[in-house]
Amino acid sequence: MTRNEAASVPPIALELIGITKQFGRTDVLTGIDLAVDEGDFVVFVGPSGCGKSTLLRIIAGLEDQTAGNLRIAGASADGVPPAKRGIGMVFQSYALYPHLDVAGNMSLALKREGIPRDEIARRLNAAAEMLELAPLLKRKPSALSGGQRQRVAIGRAIVRQPKLFLFDEPLSNLDAALRVNTRIEIANLHRVLGTTMIYVTHDQTEAMTLADKIVVLYEGKIQQAGRPIDLYDTPANVFVAGFIGSPKMNFVGGDEARRAGAAMLGVRPEHLSITTGDARWTGVVRHAERLGSDTFLYVQTQTAGELTVRVVGKTELGVGDSVGLVPLPGMLHRFDDRGVRLP
Amino acid sequence: MSRRTIAAHAALIAYTAVALLPVLFIVMNSLKSRRAIFATPLALPGPGTFDLVGYTTVLASGGFGTYFTNSLIVTLLSLAGILAFGSMAAFALAEYRFRLNTLTGLYLMLGIMIPIRLGTVGILELMVGSHLVNTLTALILVYIASGLPIAVFVLTEFMRTISDDLKNAGRVDGLSEYEIFYWLALPLVRPALSTVAVFTMIPIWNDLWFPLILAPGDSTRTVTLGAQQFIGQYVTNWNAVLAALSLSILPVVVLYLLFSKNLIRGITAGAVK
Repeated sequence: MTRNEAASVPPIALELIGITKQFGRTDVLTGIDLAVDEGDFVVFVGPSGCGKSTLLRIIAGLEDQTAGNLRIAGASADGVPPAKRGIGMVFQSYALYPHLDVAGNMSLALKREGIPRDEIARRLNAAAEMLELAPLLKRKPSALSGGQRQRVAIGRAIVRQPKLFLFDEPLSNLDAALRVNTRIEIANLHRVLGTTMIYVTHDQTEAMTLADKIVVLYEGKIQQAGRPIDLYDTPANVFVAGFIGSPKMNFVGGDEARRAGAAMLGVRPEHLSITTGDARWTGVVRHAERLGSDTFLYVQTQTAGELTVRVVGKTELGVGDSVGLVPLPGMLHRFDDRGVRLP
Repeated sequence: MSRRTIAAHAALIAYTAVALLPVLFIVMNSLKSRRAIFATPLALPGPGTFDLVGYTTVLASGGFGTYFTNSLIVTLLSLAGILAFGSMAAFALAEYRFRLNTLTGLYLMLGIMIPIRLGTVGILELMVGSHLVNTLTALILVYIASGLPIAVFVLTEFMRTISDDLKNAGRVDGLSEYEIFYWLALPLVRPALSTVAVFTMIPIWNDLWFPLILAPGDSTRTVTLGAQQFIGQYVTNWNAVLAALSLSILPVVVLYLLFSKNLIRGITAGAVK
């Protein structure tokens, strides 16, 4: 293979083939197939209990799959202990060793691997530089703030120079402002390092903003995998349609859907517009959320139940006002009776 | 201070007095002459009644050095065994999913409910059969067995509170399961270890039953048993008994002080957080 070909078809960093996991008689994951290209930022997203964390733990080797195969960077990783898989992992609760200082936390794995001392120092300093941890190296985790602890946890993964970064809901313990900052830092990190990253979250905003590729999991199955914008534009089924996007997509069933040749119609709040002319649905505003940049109106319609409408900027409309709604042309999603998208 | 706290403190002080008074009387009377013990048992030792005869008798009787050493060996080795095996079993029960996990836990818990003394005859036969009668090993083995259930029970609960993420981080960093146990889990349950140590140490030190049955020989006697030699069927040397008891309190007090800093944290962990 020439260099050009290698560049045009990136090698596969991670391959899951029919991964299945059962706890006792409960199926947690059923037949997960997935290939991740090298350098991609992949986000597993889904509601709690969908199996996304279990899947990450199987990739890390902290849990064994009941059936199926796992390949990391082309080599089979089945039964390989976590430390030998070439992974770095960042945990939700940081999981720093409480009795080691920052430098000790970050260098433990390297010492275990028997890496020479000057090489450890070099990598430690490089990572500390990148994460602005240099002045904190001698501190114990208990003397650090939440954000600093999270950076140490990331540093601990970086120094190992892993082939695969695994993040297990790394932002859920941080407050809202710090969460946005750290999200940007992680995105930067991915740009700088270029390493493949697997990231688990239940927050669809995190998934949309970070991912090259989103994998939506629900009830132990991959519902859809693809670019964020593809998931937004063409959700494969009702679950993905409802899960991706905020506020949630509106769903309309019944006669209305049947007339369009579907079991269920979906339209996003941003694809509904308020009209004074020919309205498809009419109703009364029940509640209004004014964010300044946007206003969300919750409209109780006569024929389609409650619909959420996004109005850009501000609006005079308020609770009790009657409005007419029309979907933007071509923005109606149709689903069949099993919830699968119709073309 | 509100009326409530005054009442609470009064109750606590009363209880402390009830618990400490007997100890005080023992120590007080051990410093008095024989006549004064019986004449004024509640009085403090004064110029006329102060007498160290009890202590000189005990120290002169010779065996006491050996008895003390025996008690220390038995207590410390039993404690080491209970803490080592108990914490390992607790880690396994808390950490690993395996088929008989719950059943094993329940089986160990039975030991809390059934007093080991019920099995004395069987234990004695076992010790005779394995030629362990009149050895300290016999006592140590029995005490480890009797201390394990409560140790496993308490430590399992504490082991469960250690974050999974931390242990998994260790695994990703290449620590073995033994290192995770010894290096990550144990330091985090140290308060619980101290608590278990104190609660199991004191009954072992004070026990009279098993030393009397399994190791009554002169070279293997423990200090509690040794003190009994001054209690005769017809004549009891009270000075010596009281002095021996006073002396036997000292080592446990020292051990207790060593563990007690962590003890309070162990008892209140989870309650105040």
